[in-house]
Amino acid sequence: MFYREAGQFHTSYAQDTQLFPLRQDRVGMAITLLAAFALPAVANDYWLSAILIPWLILALVALGQNILMGYAGQLSLGSAGFMAVGAFACYNFILRIDGIPFVLAVLLSGVCAAIIGIVFGLPSLRIRGLYLAVATLASQFFIVWALDKFGWFKNYDTSGVITTQPIIIFGHNFATPAEKYWVVLVIVAVLTLLAKNLARGSVGRAWMAVRDMDVAAEVMGLSLLRTKLQAFAISSFYCGVGGALFAFAYLQTVEPSAFTIDLSFRILFMVIIGGLGTIMGSFLGAAFILLIPVFLNIVFHAAFGHHVDSTLTSALEQVIFGATIIAFLILEPLGLARLWQLTKERLRLWPFSH
Amino acid sequence: MPIDKIARRTLAGLAALSACVAISAMPTAALADEQYFGIPSNRVGPYAAMGTGYYGGIIDYLNYVNLKGGVNGVKLTWTECETEYNAARTVECYQRLLHNGDKKLVVFDTLGTPGAYAVINRMAPDQVVLAQYGYGRTDAADGAVWPWVFNAAGQYWAQSTAHLNFIAQKEGGIEKMKGKTLVHLHIDTAYGREPIPAMREVAKQWGFKLVEIAVPPPGLEQQSQWLQIRREKADWVTFWGAGSGMNSTAITTAARIGFPRDKMLYVTFGGAEEDMIPAGDAAKGTFVAANAVPGKWPLIQDIEKVVYGGGNGNLQNPQRIGTAYYNRGVGAAVMWVEALKNAQKIHGKVGKEVHGAEFRDGYEALDITPEKLKELGIDGMLAPFKLSCAKHDGAEHWRMMQWNGSKFDIVSDWVGPNDPKFIRTMIEDSAAKYAAENKITPRTCP
Amino acid sequence: MEDFRFFIEVLVGGLLSGLMYSLVALGFVLIYKASGVFNFAQGSMVFLAVLSFVGFMELGLPFWAALPVTIGMMVLVGMATERLVLRPLVGQSDTTLLMATIGLAFIIEGVAQIAWGVDVRRLDLGIHDEPIMWLADNFEILISQLDIAAGIVAGLMVVALALLFSRTKVGRGLRAVADDPAAALSIGIPLSHIWMLVWATAGVVALVAGMLWGARSGVQFALVLVALKALPVLIIGGFTSVPGVIVAGLIVGATEKVAEVYIGPYFGGGIEGWAPYMLAVLFLLVRPEGLFGEKIIRRV
Repeated sequence: MFYREAGQFHTSYAQDTQLFPLRQDRVGMAITLLAAFALPAVANDYWLSAILIPWLILALVALGQNILMGYAGQLSLGSAGFMAVGAFACYNFILRIDGIPFVLAVLLSGVCAAIIGIVFGLPSLRIRGLYLAVATLASQFFIVWALDKFGWFKNYDTSGVITTQPIIIFGHNFATPAEKYWVVLVIVAVLTLLAKNLARGSVGRAWMAVRDMDVAAEVMGLSLLRTKLQAFAISSFYCGVGGALFAFAYLQTVEPSAFTIDLSFRILFMVIIGGLGTIMGSFLGAAFILLIPVFLNIVFHAAFGHHVDSTLTSALEQVIFGATIIAFLILEPLGLARLWQLTKERLRLWPFSH
Repeated sequence: MPIDKIARRTLAGLAALSACVAISAMPTAALADEQYFGIPSNRVGPYAAMGTGYYGGIIDYLNYVNLKGGVNGVKLTWTECETEYNAARTVECYQRLLHNGDKKLVVFDTLGTPGAYAVINRMAPDQVVLAQYGYGRTDAADGAVWPWVFNAAGQYWAQSTAHLNFIAQKEGGIEKMKGKTLVHLHIDTAYGREPIPAMREVAKQWGFKLVEIAVPPPGLEQQSQWLQIRREKADWVTFWGAGSGMNSTAITTAARIGFPRDKMLYVTFGGAEEDMIPAGDAAKGTFVAANAVPGKWPLIQDIEKVVYGGGNGNLQNPQRIGTAYYNRGVGAAVMWVEALKNAQKIHGKVGKEVHGAEFRDGYEALDITPEKLKELGIDGMLAPFKLSCAKHDGAEHWRMMQWNGSKFDIVSDWVGPNDPKFIRTMIEDSAAKYAAENKITPRTCP
Repeated sequence: MEDFRFFIEVLVGGLLSGLMYSLVALGFVLIYKASGVFNFAQGSMVFLAVLSFVGFMELGLPFWAALPVTIGMMVLVGMATERLVLRPLVGQSDTTLLMATIGLAFIIEGVAQIAWGVDVRRLDLGIHDEPIMWLADNFEILISQLDIAAGIVAGLMVVALALLFSRTKVGRGLRAVADDPAAALSIGIPLSHIWMLVWATAGVVALVAGMLWGARSGVQFALVLVALKALPVLIIGGFTSVPGVIVAGLIVGATEKVAEVYIGPYFGGGIEGWAPYMLAVLFLLVRPEGLFGEKIIRRV
């Protein structure tokens, strides 16, 4: 009864094709956004800087990965590499161009990542499926190697790391966790909205056509070259922006090897556990994958304290993490977004279930 | 059972569980004063052998101090957090450990460069000491630019030049180094390349040929690198690796091409029992630098008796007591406790809890004399040193050891760089560049 | 002449290293061929297998007894994996299956560390990882005994597996299952038995690979990372071809070593990490299914 579309009439095409056709969705979205903005009032620094900021950033990256995997159907294992491009590009833009606005630098680093993404996306025109997935590892290893190897990217720092510059927008230094959180939140919210728009428009429909059957899509007159590379570019753009934020708003001191293949795998998990081809799923999946190990670690240390060998509990955490993922894949292969969907359907009928 | 039902039940369970956790994590009224420490350990994954030994040593020493009555009556408490040797998880751990009820972290030690870099810029605003113990950012040795970062076990530039000094000793003097070829075989990361500037400079001064060869991580395959070493007809190899996979593979591959192991000198991060044992007999003869010398020093014996005797030991395998990483952990914890003692004294808080800024002053006042070491029962395990406002890199001396097939034999006294002044200049230059880039005004040191 | 001999040495060293990669890649192929699963946990299985083997020996079992015990354990692990993880996931997409095996890798690594601890151990197979003196003395080419042994083992395993696939009833069943599981099931091939058998075999292959790698680099966690070396071998050879793995292993090994020695110095070295992947991409651009992979015919 809370989620009924009855009584809401769309009297024009514009109304029918709007982003959130249902009033409940619009209201819900507005409330969520407001709550998200007001959150720093109640959350402490730990939550903001160690959980919420990385969650939003990784959700953005997962969204990028989801565009490529969930919408365009191209399996890629190199997302952390593109994040690294974004992070180091952003550092260099701010370092080398005097007075460049922070947001512009972030967007430009996304563009850099997009260009690299197109280059590494080229093989997708010929290679498919798991072969493509393994081939994309080339980008992962090559990018991290190149960033690590050539001192120019790091302004020849003797320790081979970059220390990100302060985030300054309109002369204000966004230094506290709450301020950084707001910066991240705004960028992520805008880009998410953009992704939702892309996904339902002609671009998104082209991606889905390619995903479902690329030969058929080609026969229907879609340019595979354009569609696939577009997906790689946009996906890498999101990863690049995410990487820049990851470096500037989260890690702050970064070495290229922070963007390991392990991170790429975790991002993949976020997409799959969250739900392929859903925007919501990227956020839910990121929360799940980010929080489970932290939660287990806290629970285990609180429950066993100094009594049980931490080596054992750390290994056990790993086992439980793996088992949770497998259990999830078996029980709900469509991901957390599907659970959300089911909840919505139930709310629609509740309390009259027939 | 439908999935949403399962999910609902799990969620309910999780909620209940987190409620329990929240309750148990509530601050309990402390009777005596306590000093809280955070321990960001890494106990799983490729670096687990290292992490379990090191953090085991730290925890055992804290336990030992408690069993001996604490620091002037102050009981030491600690919370652990698993980092998996990963930068992002280290940040999470740091933020989680930063506050514990009404207590705040005073010192952080990540045993490894990736973690240290990830938190290094949070130290000053949060007022926490980053106690790098023989790793991490080299130019942090300049206390004027890095007031909150210390390296009480020496930085990599001094260590690499100490290696060269030891090699020169073996060859019979610096003049004998002329015309020799030395290969610096290193992991292909920032850490591996870090000592190169210092080594190049020394190579120029002494007139030997320095060849740099990189091993891409994880380094389980080093055939091509060692063939290059053979082609160069290297006289010595200084090895700068990380992770026992790479470290032991270097030895076995050296054996495959017939390179003598007693012409190989390992960095502290490659030179532990865990790195030698997997290589078997091939490891015999390998030289290793140590900042905390393995062995059952009086203090270590006492820990074994008091802590392990009472069944409170942290190591899964008590045979690892007295190994390189364990002793290094004990050394790191000794510095914490000594710094705490100093801090209590300086700020007139004997027998009371201290804050980050006070702890920092205590750490900076560390003056580890030979007498002090004797009193602690670790004379010979650590080198004596004294920190100051400007000088944050403790003992710039290492002891060289040689693997005899089952344990390390100590083969030298404390060896330092031939020209420490020149290393200091390099550090100050690098720190000044960092300060300029990041618009930091260095504090003035007397 | 000096240069040429050096080149030969690099080349031979590379070819032999390549066979070591092939050994790991074989496990991937086995499982992919029979069940279409890209088993990312193969590296972890290698680690678990050899760690358990050394662990059993530490408990006092002699070599000849530890071997069957470990084999038995790996067979059980393989069967359990099939039963608990993959059977419930039948019919899911490639990506889901891949993710499940990554999850499986977490479990196996955790269990291995719980069971045997995190200490680093060594394994002595009685074959010394030292140059063969006769070759060194007469030709001044250094080739390790262990490498030769690994090459022989890899060759034997390929022959054995090739025979298994082509000559036995089980093997024919396997090929039928690989082609079309539903059709194979309908003509009465016991699908689940076959899959269990394959997973068990993969466990044994993992043990063999683990023993050789463990003898070379020590028995330690880093062994799970050898899987990353096996992946380019796998895609160059084609996911479904046993002989392809050997050929690709040789290609990858030789190319990466030659590239590292002759091209690496221009970039400061360390190109081995990604060079095989780039090579793999180049190969795939010409043959998208790998050298020996089955041609995928796509219809609308």
